[in-house]
Amino acid sequence: MDFAVSIIEQGLIYGILALGVYITYKILDFPDLTVDGSFPLGAAITAALITRGVNPYFTLPLAFLSGAAAGVCTGFIHVKGKVRDLLSGIIMMTALWTINLYIAGTANVPLFSKDSIFKNELVDSVLPKSLKPYRTLLISFFLVVLCKVLLDLYLKTKSGYLLRAVGDNDVLVTSLAKEQGNVKILGLAIANGLTALAGCVFAQEERVFEISMGTGAIVIGLANVIIGTSIFRRVTFLKTTTAVLIGSVIYKACVAAALRNFEPQAMKLITAVLFLIILIISMERKGKVKGNA
Amino acid sequence: MLELRGIDKYYNPGTVNEMCLFQDFHLKLEKGEFLSVVGSNGSGKTSMLNIICGSIPIEKGQIFIGDKEITKEKEYKRNRRIGRVYQNPAMGTCPSMTILENMALADNKGKLYGLGPGTNKTRIGYYREQLAQLGLGLEDKLDVKVGSLSGGQRQAMALLMSVMTPIEFLILDEHTAALDPKTAELIMELTDKIVRDKKLTAVMVTHNLRYAMEYGNRLIMMHEGRIVLDKKNEEKQKMQMDDILKLFNEISIECGN
Repeated sequence: MDFAVSIIEQGLIYGILALGVYITYKILDFPDLTVDGSFPLGAAITAALITRGVNPYFTLPLAFLSGAAAGVCTGFIHVKGKVRDLLSGIIMMTALWTINLYIAGTANVPLFSKDSIFKNELVDSVLPKSLKPYRTLLISFFLVVLCKVLLDLYLKTKSGYLLRAVGDNDVLVTSLAKEQGNVKILGLAIANGLTALAGCVFAQEERVFEISMGTGAIVIGLANVIIGTSIFRRVTFLKTTTAVLIGSVIYKACVAAALRNFEPQAMKLITAVLFLIILIISMERKGKVKGNA
Repeated sequence: MLELRGIDKYYNPGTVNEMCLFQDFHLKLEKGEFLSVVGSNGSGKTSMLNIICGSIPIEKGQIFIGDKEITKEKEYKRNRRIGRVYQNPAMGTCPSMTILENMALADNKGKLYGLGPGTNKTRIGYYREQLAQLGLGLEDKLDVKVGSLSGGQRQAMALLMSVMTPIEFLILDEHTAALDPKTAELIMELTDKIVRDKKLTAVMVTHNLRYAMEYGNRLIMMHEGRIVLDKKNEEKQKMQMDDILKLFNEISIECGN
């Protein structure tokens, strides 16, 4: 039971990351590797703030803003510097490694004895005793749903329409008398903001900041998005954002199941192989759809 | 109204492949003119449209709208008063968004894309009305994704979307070339109606000499970056298909193809 709860918890937290990757990969069509740096950026900011005694709830908006700033930088490099999308992300990802070290102070910051968004006086006093073991689950669920609903609402605004248009057909955005570069920068800001927010929540759940925690974040995010969107391709009543969140929990469960039979060192290999399998399966499905049409 | 003055345009400047397209190119368009542009491939028709819209830079010369110089104005800013329809029907619409969302997106052109609701529900009736005049039944498919429409349906939508907000210029870049003859005819008639109703100044590049003769009140033929024929109003009406074909052939023979 504990095992299942922890899978869902982590799946949900990675779901916030997946929402970010959904924006860059699916909406903007931008392979954004900044994610590998902005995920630990959120965690580093969180570690720095919490060790200084800041209320853990303030870390959430601040982590989002820090990630958004990283996204704006990637966007600037790509749009104004005319650097290719993939390279812009790689540059920012590399730069962020050092920045994260500066922010956190060291490569490893334990947060075990500190308050977190999951464990503090407020939560202890509000939550009934019977629900205590599920507090991380409940709070992550609330946060994820909040992010999802806000993102859904945003995508229905005029600004959201323009964001969806720019990934689809940037010529049209220019025709609508809007600078398409700025729209891309905005999209990258929101995506990396969400990613850093995921890092912030993850660090508080794990109660530690690790400089290497972002390595492979993009693979996890992509896997979540691709699983979610390909499994629920034909399910029209589910929003894509919901599908992505469910995909995130499914992926976490797959990795956890695989890890039970292997040593912990095998983690990254399993992640990569699972991702490959998912890619191949989802492509096959695409092929079939075309074959029928 | 719209004027190109002394335009020089080189491709690949400074390299061995340098190619001069325009040298001291002039064109003046009056308000309300509907200009058809014909010419063989590589004669500079599309480049001229790109220069008007600011999609490509020029080496020398000035572009005016009225008395205002817009040579340095960025493409997206110029587009506030310009609507453009491309040859490729996919360029004028967003495939992953619904018909309704596309219409709403175009309806907001020139205004702020802020955090207000993307689709203004009170405008849906108007969108339906606009789509209904196409006669393609799109008004009943508002929630269908544009990506699943045919090329002709998409091009019709692209045309509607480009003239949704008050614009002054309509730029048509071989906008019927990718369509079957019947759909092309429909789109062409619709274009003519819109240009008349909205009193737009229009520039249409086309390879269809019949459209160039039938529609619009001015016709130019381009060849190697120069205007070799320029007929207006009555002069244009007096022209016969044979005249223009003859000239076209002479040019082609000169080029050896």
